[in-house]
Amino acid sequence: MTALLEVERLTKFFPLGGHSTLARMVQARRRRHSGADGTSEPALLHAVDDVSISVEAGESVGLVGESGCGKSTLARLIARLIDPISGKIHFQGRDLGELPAHRFARSPERRLIQQVFQDATESLNPRFTAAHSIADPLQRLIHLRGAGLWTRVDELADLVNLPRELLERYPHQLSGGQKARVGIARALAANPQLLILDEPTSALDVSVQAVILKLLAGLRRQLGMSFLFISHDLNVVRLMCDRVLVMYLGKIIEAGPAGQVFEQPQHPYTQALVSAIPTIEARPRHGRLRLDGEPVSPIDPDPRMCRFYGRGPRQTDRCRMQMPHLTPVLEAQLAACHFPGGSSTGGSDGLEDHRAAASDRR
Amino acid sequence: MNDVPLLEVAELSVEFRTRLGTVKALEQVDLSLDRGEIIAVVGESGSGKSVTAYSIMGILDAAAHLTAGRIMFGGLDLLRVAEAELANMRGRELAMIFQNPRGALNPIRPIGRQIGDILRRHAPMPRAGVKRRAIELLMQVRIPDAERRYAAYPFELSGGMCQRVGIAMALACEPALLIADEPTTGLDVTTQAAIMDLIVELARKRRMATLLITHDLGLAAEYCEHIVVMHAGHVVESAPVGELFAKPRHPYTAKLIASTPHGAGQLDSLTPIPGGLPDLRGELPPCRYRGRCERYTSVCDQAPLPRVQVDPRHVVACRDPL
Repeated sequence: MTALLEVERLTKFFPLGGHSTLARMVQARRRRHSGADGTSEPALLHAVDDVSISVEAGESVGLVGESGCGKSTLARLIARLIDPISGKIHFQGRDLGELPAHRFARSPERRLIQQVFQDATESLNPRFTAAHSIADPLQRLIHLRGAGLWTRVDELADLVNLPRELLERYPHQLSGGQKARVGIARALAANPQLLILDEPTSALDVSVQAVILKLLAGLRRQLGMSFLFISHDLNVVRLMCDRVLVMYLGKIIEAGPAGQVFEQPQHPYTQALVSAIPTIEARPRHGRLRLDGEPVSPIDPDPRMCRFYGRGPRQTDRCRMQMPHLTPVLEAQLAACHFPGGSSTGGSDGLEDHRAAASDRR
Repeated sequence: MNDVPLLEVAELSVEFRTRLGTVKALEQVDLSLDRGEIIAVVGESGSGKSVTAYSIMGILDAAAHLTAGRIMFGGLDLLRVAEAELANMRGRELAMIFQNPRGALNPIRPIGRQIGDILRRHAPMPRAGVKRRAIELLMQVRIPDAERRYAAYPFELSGGMCQRVGIAMALACEPALLIADEPTTGLDVTTQAAIMDLIVELARKRRMATLLITHDLGLAAEYCEHIVVMHAGHVVESAPVGELFAKPRHPYTAKLIASTPHGAGQLDSLTPIPGGLPDLRGELPPCRYRGRCERYTSVCDQAPLPRVQVDPRHVVACRDPL
């Protein structure tokens, strides 16, 4: 059986433009080091580097990682808003990567992958009423016209529990939760099979967040969609996702069933991430694990070195000389680390503390 | 503990006079903070958290009127201090981390120089010293490549990086009181933990007091000793962390806890809070939560709203606490 979405060795680098201070500095340093003249190739920011993932029909997959790790770029690649440098995107067995992004916007496949954007306020046209925003994809993607169009808009408003009398309002006349509903209704308009949710609730108060999360979970059950759910909030990902992918500097470094990854993280980065989740449950403070060192720069990183090098609690020359690949560590759980989980060579006290704390909690 | 708290806000009421009527943004807000203590103010947006912070800093909008109350800081009534003196205190004694990091920075001045400006404003220093200290501060908030980033403009940095610059600026002169208004919103959990650890360390080492304004109950639980819960301009509950989570007494606090996702819970156990904040213009009932409360009875309409002291450090503003 083929997965709904299969992404193979997807890669996206951004050349650093000649204008930013950072780019100029990087270029200058490269010239100094290589001794070459000013004609060297531009520096490349490795946003998404050789990433392979899959999403099954009806599955909800979480994508977590720190800001700048490439999760939004990966989402934009999958949503076909930007073009990859290399790699394949198969959707229902068809290769979507062939068509350039600007042509994809008009292809019949466009409606199958839709996105709910991070900031409901910024992603709605301020000059469109709620009805107009929801109607837009219906007109463009499935060419609905006339009465049928407005009936469908009303249906969608009902689906996301947006009172119909609000449909004539503009974004500035709506509350945060109401705008989030408009954004969701718009994404659902064309019956997508994969919904990409980029931090859908990060701008909302907890009281409203709970409503929206429940709404999304209900819609997924009702409509049988798949989710690619991007969030910093690991507590939310745990609630919403079957499987979770952890990204670090352009690479997927851990993947597995959500509960299992949170209970027994194998990669040291995931371990730090999980132990940094603030929680309202009492737990001993000394048990938290902290990352040392500075992250490796995403600009032209050493292809042999582990991206996590310099921050891990246990590392050897092998971490510097040989990039670890995603390999199975536990049942259904993969990690890209030479020393995953407990098989540490020089286990740090922090880790031991963390485990002790974790077992205390249980 | 000390006899006199470092900061004491007592019965503070603030109104905004707008064309569409008077907005009663704060009513009889009480809070106190000792040296070295970290307390959190939590609540939904619009509950008056930021207005409280701005009142303490003396940077409220011109439309705001402080109609009652006082703000004592180290024995000094901040509401009676002349603006020039207050300007000398801001940055050195009182510092604030603002919610919108990019908006709080000067867009046309390199970030390192903006930090230097604060250092020089409060203590004359040689140029090289200022630069060295600014870079040190950038490193302290974990900005990679601090030496190069010193010369970067805000637009060249991500939101999270700008946030860290704002934090470095607030901590530059080692203030006695730090007001952190959603300091880690938009930062990932590992950076959030590093920043909060830095604040905790400063609290411990130099007895810096911190008022953490957040809507993240988890963050408040993890780093603070005491939590003040606000709703529609009222402090509805104020209690030590353990007690607040173990035994919330105000119905709103209980709802807030139940709506927060946490480790062990399931989606079904999340319960949203019904209704929204009331319109703060015009006549308001004594209890501003009454429209959303399941325990509402006619007794709740009797003025004034009681402040029940259920424990020496635990106050709840409810006629019928849980």
